[in-house]
Amino acid sequence: MMLAQAGGGDFLLVGLWILVLAIFVGFELITKVPPTLHTPLMSGANAISGITIVGAISCAVADYPELGKVLGFLAITLATVNVVGGFVVTDRMLGMFASKGSKKKDS
Amino acid sequence: MSLSAIFETASAADTWVQASYMLAALLFILGIKRLARVRTAQSGNQIAAVAMLLAICVTVWHLWGEVFDLKVLVGGLALGGVIGLLLAKRVQMTSMPELVALFNGLGGVASLLVAWAEIERARSEMPEGAASLSSQEGVLFAVAAVLSVLIGAVTFSGSFIAFLKLAGKLWKSRIGPLGNKPLNVLLLLGAVYAAGMVGFAASGGSADIQTWVYVLLGLTLVLGVGLVVPIGGADMPVVISLLNSYSGLAASATGFVLQNELLIVAGSLVGASGLILTQIMCKAMNRSLANVLFGGIDAGSSDGDSEYKGVKSTSGADVAMILESAQSVIIVPGYGMAVAQAQHKVQELAGVLEADGIEVRYAIHPVAGRMPGHMNVLLAEANVPYEQLFELDQINSDFKNTDVVIIIGANDVCNPVAYEEGSAIAGMPVLDVWDARTVVVVKRSLSAGYAGIKNPLFERDNTLMFFADGKEAVEETISEYQDL
Repeated sequence: MMLAQAGGGDFLLVGLWILVLAIFVGFELITKVPPTLHTPLMSGANAISGITIVGAISCAVADYPELGKVLGFLAITLATVNVVGGFVVTDRMLGMFASKGSKKKDS
Repeated sequence: MSLSAIFETASAADTWVQASYMLAALLFILGIKRLARVRTAQSGNQIAAVAMLLAICVTVWHLWGEVFDLKVLVGGLALGGVIGLLLAKRVQMTSMPELVALFNGLGGVASLLVAWAEIERARSEMPEGAASLSSQEGVLFAVAAVLSVLIGAVTFSGSFIAFLKLAGKLWKSRIGPLGNKPLNVLLLLGAVYAAGMVGFAASGGSADIQTWVYVLLGLTLVLGVGLVVPIGGADMPVVISLLNSYSGLAASATGFVLQNELLIVAGSLVGASGLILTQIMCKAMNRSLANVLFGGIDAGSSDGDSEYKGVKSTSGADVAMILESAQSVIIVPGYGMAVAQAQHKVQELAGVLEADGIEVRYAIHPVAGRMPGHMNVLLAEANVPYEQLFELDQINSDFKNTDVVIIIGANDVCNPVAYEEGSAIAGMPVLDVWDARTVVVVKRSLSAGYAGIKNPLFERDNTLMFFADGKEAVEETISEYQDL
């Protein structure tokens, strides 16, 4: 947020740099995920996309216009459903994978 | 811009916030890295969750100095948290595709709402009639905001339609005129025009920004419906992956609106993840993304008649006898197994066979089910060790050395027509199940799969059709086998 203080044009450049590098990192990391884990990967990634909640929180600041606050409340609520639900359900799924692995070792 | 310049303009608090965001971004990357292996995946997800918590706490702390509207903040977090927790705890594993589609849509709409709220704020701060956003910054803001609204809205309404389709509540490929390709093109052009007008207004043009935001919202929401409605069940793995990618890109665009690097990083990671899964799914069907989105399989081309000749039907007792003399068995699960909730029974059957020294393996086609990895999750729920699950290219050459193949609720992924040029699914990699000595197909009827084409596998000499619900068929086979 504070890079912005130097001006929008600069942020555009910095932002694009970050965008390109992060997409590249993403490609590198995700091509290594085996098909067995594709569903948990998808729901985990989904939860991460709820990062927009950080933006939503800033809409709860009191000097926002009334409509902005209503939108902010909706955004916070929905993003929280996405974040909490996404991480918890992914954890549940991966728990099933994990318990199975250890059972195999025991037998 | 040099680092010292950053620190000169930033307060100490800003620096801490920035450092925490950077840490959160690193933790997201580390978390996804750990998601790549079964043993580390659970901790990877937890690391990502911690990163999210850190980002949320730091943001709240940073904004604490300003006058917070606690009703909005605490109310939203509490309500969303409870709903999310309930959904995640209660959902059945067979309903995962619907839930992921739903969460996808929520992520998309949240990004949209944030961008919209920012446009409202910018508008309220704009002096009447003045061109306050005419700077370079204003243009960046406007472009990012309309992109965020556009992608977010398409993600939201598209995911909602995908959710209805996956939950079996919507089968139509048209809703009124929606789903029509030329109409989609018109909607897209309209949306781009409206987006342009919002940008024009935001950068000081003489247009009413609020009106155009509403127009943009309306058009893009309808466009999302129009894009997803015509897509059939078998193509859902592609669509759900693509929507996953969009929800990330929407977050990235919102990152540009708020000039927040963490949103850009996290959004890009999700965007990349969704794109890769989309690509894998398309490859598994030998179709291009454009074909999935705009083409649709032409069912009439190779179908002709769907009459089957010389089909042999079988029963649990027969299958049990065949299994008794078998040494190796491969189970091929499909969406039908999910619908019948048969995964636990399948695992039970495998256990019974293994107890008699019969080798049991599972062949998983990449697009079996309704989302990437769908079958793997169901079998994991039923405690099937993942060492027994094999991908198409790992196991395809083993079918010829296999005694019995049991296909449960799968159809198109083992259709030999794929090897015939000019067929509707020509070139799609399929499981060569017919190479096995005996193939048992558990299926409720001879109806076509989602590709809508005939499957000559059912007419083969070594194929036996077991006409029953997947769960009941397996149950019957187990009890007959144990009575032998």
